[in-house]
Amino acid sequence: MKIVNVKEIAEAVKKMCIEANYYLPEDIYGALKEGEKNEVSPVGKDILKDICVNADIAREDGIPICQDTGTAVFFVKLGQEVYIEGGLLEEAINEGVRQGYKEGYLRKSIVENPLYRKNTGDNTPAIIHYEITKGDALEILIAPKGGGSENMSKVYMLTPSQGIEGVKKAVMETVIQAGPNACLPVVVGIGIGGNFEKCALLAKHAITRNIGSSNSDPRMAQLEEELFEEINRLGIGPQGLGGKVTALAVHIETYPCHIASMPLAVNIGCHVNRHMSVKL
Amino acid sequence: MDKRLQVPITEEEARSLRAGEKLLLNGVIYTARDAAHKRLTEQQEKGEMLPVDMENIAIYYAGPAPAKPGQVIGSCGPTTSGRMDLYAPKLMAWGQTMMIGKGLRNEKVIEAMQKYGAVYVTAIGGAGALLSKCVTEMACTAYEDLGAEAIYKLTVKDFPVIVTIDCLGNNLYETGKQEYAEKKV
Repeated sequence: MKIVNVKEIAEAVKKMCIEANYYLPEDIYGALKEGEKNEVSPVGKDILKDICVNADIAREDGIPICQDTGTAVFFVKLGQEVYIEGGLLEEAINEGVRQGYKEGYLRKSIVENPLYRKNTGDNTPAIIHYEITKGDALEILIAPKGGGSENMSKVYMLTPSQGIEGVKKAVMETVIQAGPNACLPVVVGIGIGGNFEKCALLAKHAITRNIGSSNSDPRMAQLEEELFEEINRLGIGPQGLGGKVTALAVHIETYPCHIASMPLAVNIGCHVNRHMSVKL
Repeated sequence: MDKRLQVPITEEEARSLRAGEKLLLNGVIYTARDAAHKRLTEQQEKGEMLPVDMENIAIYYAGPAPAKPGQVIGSCGPTTSGRMDLYAPKLMAWGQTMMIGKGLRNEKVIEAMQKYGAVYVTAIGGAGALLSKCVTEMACTAYEDLGAEAIYKLTVKDFPVIVTIDCLGNNLYETGKQEYAEKKV
């Protein structure tokens, strides 16, 4: 058994909130650089260059890459041999968010009631997904998520007869409708299977996967590749102003599902696709 | 070389700009996003005096991050313009000549642009750190209680934008996509 104090958790979360918002992950930065090289539209090429310069400025000056420092989304893997002492895990994470968003000069973008919209003032509460795992490690992944790209995401309750073609059609429809609104080039996270809520969670998790990785099932890896190529033939391009680099990656995650269903979720991640994790 | 443009601009200047032109804005722009637009229209409906002069105003759809000590403004990229579509035609009728944002606009906005003489320019969504370097002064003009959603007066220097929809209805989102699409979907 391992003992982890809530103070240690809050401190780690605080640090992650700041670092995730200041330092663009290497995989995304590399993909943007690669995109800049490959883009054929002069306007698109300039945009990709500016996006990389933007990431450089944020890193050097220690300021947020994007003003939308997002909803603080966490994927927590809690080993069942871990004992949390000193308080509640959830409160520790929220305390870390509170401190990180304040000390890091990050924007507070969360409102209390969705209809009455009073800002909570400290970017809490976070959205936390827990998974109980074996062993004695506590792993926390943060993926701050902006509102612009999140608004363009969709869930489809497809049925089995719609098959792979149905999935492709829905993914393409989502990307086309998202168009210039979602701060392109995007990372497209796709969740197939599970049920209504499970597929959305899979899609969100899929955008946190490193660019360059593929689904371990070769059939799904091939579908990722096909969708990636098809999306980049649309011509939407960086910021939607025309070009070849519309998506930086397509990531699929699947889960078994009911004989009657084939749920599909598409989560759009903008080019500031922040994700980082820590193991305590 | 990108064209330097002094802002705010008149209706006549707005009508002369063309989709695809790259501009560097110099002068004064005001931030306003969802909550400020809602409040402005509510005040107007009640017959109250608006806190900012709408004649020839350039509005930037943005909610900046807080400034660090020594910074003029925190990261300040554009937010999605479409959420302001409901309000934009009213603001153009009151005198707005420039909208600065990112993303698609609806038909009513595009019609109003042609009718009143206003232009839609876009800045790079997600480039908030870079754009913060082009702001030399910032002051809260109204609705301070809204925090990041308040109206801020920004003095900008060489703030980079692209004319995306012009007063003739030319739309770079459509023409750009058509130019680079490899097949019809």
